[in-house]
Amino acid sequence: MTDQTNTVSTEESDRSYWKANVRLIRISLVIWALVSFGFGILLRPMLSGIPVGGTDLGFWFAQQGSILVFLALIFFYAWRMNTIDKEYGVEE
Amino acid sequence: MDQFTINLLFVGASFALYIGIAIWARAGSTSEFYAAGRGVHPVTNGMATAADWMSAASFISMAGLIAFTGYDNSSFLMGWTGGYVLLALLLAPYLRKFGKFTVSEFIGDRFYSPTARLVAVICLIVASVTYVIGQMTGVGVAFGRFLEISNTSGLLIGACVVFAYAVFGGMKGVTYTQVAQYCVLIMAYTIPAIFISLQLTGNPIPALGLFGEHQASGEPLLVKLDQIVRELGFNEYTAHHADTLNMTLFTLSLMIGTAGLPHVIMRFFTVPKVSDARWSAGWTLVFIALLYLTAPAVGAMARLNITELMWPNGTDGEAVSIQQIADDPAYDWMATWQKTGLLGWEDKNGDGMIQYYNDGNAEMQAKAEANGWQGNELTNFNRDILVLANPEIANLPGWVIGLVAAGGLAAALSTAAGLLLAISSAVSHDLIKGQLRPDISEKGELLSARIAMAGAILVATYLGLNPPGFAAQTVALAFGLAAASIFPALMMGIFSKKVNNSGAVAGMLAGLIVTLLYIFLHKGWFFIPGTNSFTDADPLLGTIKSTSFGAIGAAINFTVAYIVTSMTKPIPDEIKELVESVRVPRGAGAAQDGH
Repeated sequence: MTDQTNTVSTEESDRSYWKANVRLIRISLVIWALVSFGFGILLRPMLSGIPVGGTDLGFWFAQQGSILVFLALIFFYAWRMNTIDKEYGVEE
Repeated sequence: MDQFTINLLFVGASFALYIGIAIWARAGSTSEFYAAGRGVHPVTNGMATAADWMSAASFISMAGLIAFTGYDNSSFLMGWTGGYVLLALLLAPYLRKFGKFTVSEFIGDRFYSPTARLVAVICLIVASVTYVIGQMTGVGVAFGRFLEISNTSGLLIGACVVFAYAVFGGMKGVTYTQVAQYCVLIMAYTIPAIFISLQLTGNPIPALGLFGEHQASGEPLLVKLDQIVRELGFNEYTAHHADTLNMTLFTLSLMIGTAGLPHVIMRFFTVPKVSDARWSAGWTLVFIALLYLTAPAVGAMARLNITELMWPNGTDGEAVSIQQIADDPAYDWMATWQKTGLLGWEDKNGDGMIQYYNDGNAEMQAKAEANGWQGNELTNFNRDILVLANPEIANLPGWVIGLVAAGGLAAALSTAAGLLLAISSAVSHDLIKGQLRPDISEKGELLSARIAMAGAILVATYLGLNPPGFAAQTVALAFGLAAASIFPALMMGIFSKKVNNSGAVAGMLAGLIVTLLYIFLHKGWFFIPGTNSFTDADPLLGTIKSTSFGAIGAAINFTVAYIVTSMTKPIPDEIKELVESVRVPRGAGAAQDGH
């Protein structure tokens, strides 16, 4: 598994790997909350001026847009994390 | 060929397919029974998880709840998909790295405490049994319609089928069967939706048709819908009427609950690598999104069709006559569904017509008085029948109706089977083998797993006869329970190196008990009707309904866990190392049976 002689530097690199991961998670979750709770619910009145097919952008985000963004987010995270895994040499 | 025969053919053929696959891939050893080895590709796994996840609640119930409420029920759409983001980012890869079979094994090891494991098992069982009650409601509706019998008889027959089905194979059988079920389910959902979207808007993609033009009137579909429901005194479809705080909490509860549901998380133990667990969550959501992007279109279009059927001469003209309901083939579905007891009408004022309007609306009451109406005459329209009745309402060909019957049964059966597996593995693997009798033989373990399944289905059937709500609402309660108990423990177990055994146990117990109490106070003790002290129309705390309480339960769980941790002994070094190793994919290997 780990290289026994290099435990200290492995530990350090694992720590910064985790930090990079948590940063990515944080950014992703901000977007996650913005499109659902934000555009879909709380900020809907602010988006009411933007018409989308007989209703407004907030309605579209609540019933379609948020789901599409969720999808993009998960694939983005998986792709980005797999790159980060390789950068830090922690992939399987 | 009459409709009953067509339904029978479609349902029979789909069942033959599932059973054939189950026999072909029957589970042999215990590890296969739970986790199907680890050779499942992320796309296959995603499809199976999607079938497992999309239950009677998503398939049968959700669009109906959206149809009759409109925008306010968007929570179901965002909540049940947004949870996958949490699952993919916060849980799935780490639990796969940890490499055991069940959620409670992780909690037991991470919080170095058999008590924590036991509490996790209890939380799991409570959430899963509640979930199965919701499924049984859907099973009752689907079997009742398909066999053209009452809802109650449908439920009893359905329960027997679910049990036989779940006992038949373990996870491996279920994985490939569920791929087949997904295909049946998604075709059954989207094909009628495409037909209806074409009829109404000319657009073959329902998700686009929803925002398209209503061809008959030349107006946008949603404008037309808003107008027609407003004229009958109902809330405008696209407007926001719900309490914003409750809607936000409800959405959050569904999201957190999704990420805390054992039978979904278990799926991510079955992929070969940590990176696959990340992709797998994405693929699952792709397959789920196909249904979830279509569902709001199904809801809106069905609402428009139903309203126009009830008012064939426009909302200013005369309502549909009883004579027409009896004679016109376009209304045949009403007689069929009347048999299940889930649809009913009554000519209160004896004018030979059925006026459908909102008799709770003051303006409408004035109009009703002027016209001699004596209340809404479409007296019963169970929300759970909407999706199954939809192709009949839109007058689609018989084979589409048969396909939808097969799809509805696939949805209810696949999830019920997945849940029964989760319950049985919790009881036999975690409770009996992990705690009570570690020396139990493989055979004994399999036997106890099946006894646990039987027990769960008996309870769920009994409570399913008088469910605490429509299928999706009952299922939402199960999500609240999972949100309040399992999700916080898993998240703290991965993201905190401080939270200790006592903290986790106290947190889970506090979250579970408070949420359960809140639900019982509103829905009746142990869901027994009539024993509730409050109703969701007038909840105990402000505007917070029992279905929305899960998010608060989760907050309580986190808070209690941190407070208790700060007052008790810090966690040992080897557990810190365990947490560190879970965070890094390197060296994941195959999962081990820990006990």
